[in-house]
Amino acid sequence: MMQAFDYIEVKVPAKPQYVGVARLAISGLASRIGFTYDEIEDLKIAASEAVTNAVQHAYNDENTGEVILGCALYEDRLEIVVTDHGRSFNFEETKKKVGPYQEWNEDSPLREGGLGLYLMETLMDEVKIDHGEGVIVFMTKYLGRERGEGHVKPTVFS
Amino acid sequence: MIKNRETDRGGVMNLQVEQVDKDLVHNFKIIGEIDIYTAPKLKEHLARLEQAEGMEVELDLSEVNYMDSTGLGVFVGFYKEITAHNGKLVIKGLNQRLYRLFEITGLSDIMQIEQVEGGEHDASI
Repeated sequence: MMQAFDYIEVKVPAKPQYVGVARLAISGLASRIGFTYDEIEDLKIAASEAVTNAVQHAYNDENTGEVILGCALYEDRLEIVVTDHGRSFNFEETKKKVGPYQEWNEDSPLREGGLGLYLMETLMDEVKIDHGEGVIVFMTKYLGRERGEGHVKPTVFS
Repeated sequence: MIKNRETDRGGVMNLQVEQVDKDLVHNFKIIGEIDIYTAPKLKEHLARLEQAEGMEVELDLSEVNYMDSTGLGVFVGFYKEITAHNGKLVIKGLNQRLYRLFEITGLSDIMQIEQVEGGEHDASI
């Protein structure tokens, strides 16, 4: 059975100056569910990384579209979907479509690029990415879960 | 000391960079948020510093209240440029949150970074 959740969608122009707005929205929603200060900071970074990716994607395409930040508030977790499609989507359908996150394979942290994805992966409990038409990032963070719990994945740099 | 608030159609940019040079060490104090919007401005400020052989630079991040990979990217680029000139870069005044970002990305093993004394645990929201 599907769990009950409140769904909030924020749509901003795919421009750098609105990433902070998306971040503030996440901060407010996360504190609404009861995440700790540190968890909220993690969520702010992860969401900003996803929106930043979408903004960069839109810029490369030279079309200034919109980024949608979809947030599903559950009792025990926050699910976030970020897409640069610029149009609304069915949250449940989109969630089914996204596949596992492709491992970021980094030899040296001084090589630029990929850092944003790595941070999302590290700061959230689950991250999935779909490169279809546009990019969809789907991520989840559970309430009161130790970082890395449920993850057996070793740290890239350790 | 350079102090300016950048504005454009998007409104006030929440980032300030102040340069306070002491002796031979170039010292920058960065204030505000570092994200995709403000990172280019930060990069531009740092790029204005003429690279000299063996130069020392300190970046004070004690008043940076938000940073993500875009900020890390700027610091990595700056670090590479300074070390290419046999210089030294110290990033100081990191609170626990910022320190952790350098730590989980492995950058703390490579760059010289300093945490705030006593490490004020959490700032207020």
